[in-house]
Amino acid sequence: MFETFSYITLQEYWWIIISLLGAILVFLMFVQGGQTLIYTLGKTEDERTVLVNLLGRKWEFTFTTLVTFGGAFFASFPLFYSTSFGGAYWVWMLILIAFVVQAVSYEYRSKPNNFFGHRTYEIMLFINGLLGTVLIGTAVATFFTGSDFVVNKMNLTILTGDKMPIISEWTGLAYGLEAALSLQNLTLGLTVFFLARVLALLYFMNRVNNAAIMERVKKQLIYNAIPFVVFFLTFTIWLLFSAGFAVNPQTKEVYMEPYKYLHNLIQMPVVAVLFLVGVALVLLGIIRPITCFVKCSTKGIWGAGIGTILTVFSLFLLAGFNNTAYYPSTFDLQSSLTIENSSSSRYTLVAMSYVSLLVPFVLAYIIYAWRSIDNKKIDIEEMKTETHIY
Amino acid sequence: MEHIDFSLVDWSRAQFALTAMYHWIFVPLTLGLSFIVAFMESLYVRTGNPEWKRITKFWMTLFGINFAIGVATGLIMEFQFGTNWSNYSWFVGDIFGAPLAIEGIMAFFLESTFIAVMFFGWNKVSKSFHLLSTWLVAIGSNLSALWILVANAWMQYPAGMKFNPDTVRNEMVNFWEVLFSPVAINKFLHTVSQGYVLAAIFVIGISAWFLLKKREQLFAKRSILVAGIFGFLSIVFVILTGDGSARTVAKYQPMKFAAMENLYTGQQNAPLAVIGILQKDKKEGEHKKEDFVFKIEIPNMLSYMAFLDANAYVPGISDLVHGNAEHNLLSYKERTERGSIAISSLAAYKEAEKAGNDSLSAAALTRFEENYPHFGYGYYANRDVHELVPSVPTSFYSFRIMVGLGFHFLALFIVMLWLTLKNKIETRRFILYTALWTIPLAYVASMLGWVVAEVGRQPWVIQDILPTIAAVSQIKSSSVQITFWMFTVIFTGLLIAEIKIMTTQIKKGPAAEGSSTIR
Repeated sequence: MFETFSYITLQEYWWIIISLLGAILVFLMFVQGGQTLIYTLGKTEDERTVLVNLLGRKWEFTFTTLVTFGGAFFASFPLFYSTSFGGAYWVWMLILIAFVVQAVSYEYRSKPNNFFGHRTYEIMLFINGLLGTVLIGTAVATFFTGSDFVVNKMNLTILTGDKMPIISEWTGLAYGLEAALSLQNLTLGLTVFFLARVLALLYFMNRVNNAAIMERVKKQLIYNAIPFVVFFLTFTIWLLFSAGFAVNPQTKEVYMEPYKYLHNLIQMPVVAVLFLVGVALVLLGIIRPITCFVKCSTKGIWGAGIGTILTVFSLFLLAGFNNTAYYPSTFDLQSSLTIENSSSSRYTLVAMSYVSLLVPFVLAYIIYAWRSIDNKKIDIEEMKTETHIY
Repeated sequence: MEHIDFSLVDWSRAQFALTAMYHWIFVPLTLGLSFIVAFMESLYVRTGNPEWKRITKFWMTLFGINFAIGVATGLIMEFQFGTNWSNYSWFVGDIFGAPLAIEGIMAFFLESTFIAVMFFGWNKVSKSFHLLSTWLVAIGSNLSALWILVANAWMQYPAGMKFNPDTVRNEMVNFWEVLFSPVAINKFLHTVSQGYVLAAIFVIGISAWFLLKKREQLFAKRSILVAGIFGFLSIVFVILTGDGSARTVAKYQPMKFAAMENLYTGQQNAPLAVIGILQKDKKEGEHKKEDFVFKIEIPNMLSYMAFLDANAYVPGISDLVHGNAEHNLLSYKERTERGSIAISSLAAYKEAEKAGNDSLSAAALTRFEENYPHFGYGYYANRDVHELVPSVPTSFYSFRIMVGLGFHFLALFIVMLWLTLKNKIETRRFILYTALWTIPLAYVASMLGWVVAEVGRQPWVIQDILPTIAAVSQIKSSSVQITFWMFTVIFTGLLIAEIKIMTTQIKKGPAAEGSSTIR
């Protein structure tokens, strides 16, 4: 089946998969958002245990999605893997370390004789929640703002002289950390941070059975929704009215085009609809629980979650489709990465496309397994009878 | 002027080795314990005996503690190919990336979904669905190992690919050759079965401790029985696949094989040095020095082991370095010259393509393709070819200690099973202490297996195609030094925490049925 697809169709297909994985990852970062709220929402040890255990049953999905996102990016667009990871070294290393410390914190937090004490593991969860969201948001923002690097594959043929035979070279002084100092990048980083907290609050609303926690959740939803909307609007307006990295479809030359991302939105109406529906669903998911008076909806997570996936998915498509360089170089425009010049070979994309057919099956068993163990809201009582708690 | 930053290369290698070794402390136990737990739960579901449930839950708790840190240390492994080996990521990413992506889609989601059911579903799902989830966690863990070991095997024996001069990288041309290469099959079977052995020894050793303390005797004996049978079958399999692995090394990585055997001069009817002490500071080319201070050898055995023929010729380190016309072995000097021609022909091809000169580009391409099998050697054109010889003592001793320990494990499984079946095990304190102290030895053997595999293939990242000096990322050596120490501190801290938590849980013993595991 996939053998009949053209090379560019396969490249687009894989960009869609990467975009979808990225979008699902951002949604699942509600776990990270929740980790930054443990002490804000949980005022007693029992309350904190409820929150940690609720998040702890989902942390692996975020983690696995991150790993799969990385693996899929490597398999389908290896030049991105090579250029970004090898160049923006410090940003990726800090992201990785933030996730490394998360992985043990749930399992070890409440175990006796855990060496660091439960408070340290909770701090590690907070660090993961803060750094993970802000830095991933910042890194994704560079898809629109660019980074300083140069790619020359013929460097592989260097055998003497003063240069190493390495094809990608980062010219930014701080190996990626400079991206976090850009206001525009940081705006997206903070958008993701507050979005993750908003999603976590909506998730708690849906899954926790505890009146005291619910009271705090409602308050916090307002406190976090406002900065989220402000940062999101700032980034979106900035994005749509700034110049973007366009590719000449004939010559493949990369050049700056004013309002490129606005043009992309107009020229790809399906993406525009996805984006607008996504934003509307997120806002609806937030507004309904905030504006209720008597019986509040606890299902905001569904609207906001689906909305998040649609919005982030469409942002990725804006970055990579319609003759756009998705990983632009501001140091050397012609080194910018596009889905055409950075992808795997046709053969590999075909082989991997067959593997991608497993994804619906994977989603089906995830949903089935989730439903089978999430059949009632979590409460303090359950923590007393559960045989395996975090 | 030296254009290679060796400090960067060495620190990048050190960081990879550090993180890989930390990760490997936890992986084999996950691979094997997941199956042992699944066997135990199957017995619970089949017999309905709550004691089996209690046994299952105890080992499952230890599995969870180990699994978490395995996941934590594993994350860095995947991304490190990009962060520290960026050239590698482009040069072979077209082939190497696929197994990593498949691992995520096929294995990690299976593990992470059903591990939640396994831990939190005891009172929420049916017995059979819970059992299925436990089995799926075991299958997911082992599927994950399959894909990463396929990727590693491909680095040792790059099959199913072709270099594309237009994209300046290797590209996959046959997925099945990558998946089913003889190296991949042997590596997967040998490595996972070794994980089963380690897990079986872990269970037997801890059970022996309970017997020594005269606690939980029924629990301990039942655990020994399940782990003993599993471990015995696994160690037999490890020995058989180890034999197969050695043959693939002899065929595809002759320098690694020669280093493992401390064989400087190739010979027919080569004997196997079963044990030996190497001549100190022996270097290739020092013909006056004996290879061994002391050795016990079996005549013809090395030739037979390597090629199933007692008369077969086994090349030595000197034959590979200096060449051997009689056996069609090119010298490293010639290979570096040919590699250099391949690299310069690639540059000439690209120049000619740019200039639109078809005849020049065709000639350059022909020259390139003729010499491509030696491509990686080109980076050593102006260097001492002895840099292409791995550490002989490390390979030789690691291999022998690993094999020796393997036979110790075989004997231990037989004795433990025999005494348990005869109901005499609790009276044999020496055997119980031996079982307990074999736990760290299982970790030593497991780690040494990787030392043999990875140190022995240096300096190649991709055998004969890409050396470490041409695979690294262009970053400051000081950055890698900082992250190296960061990982050292973080992973060591987490390891201490893991050991303390694990020993505390073990000392507490299996929980009474229905009580929380957090006590």
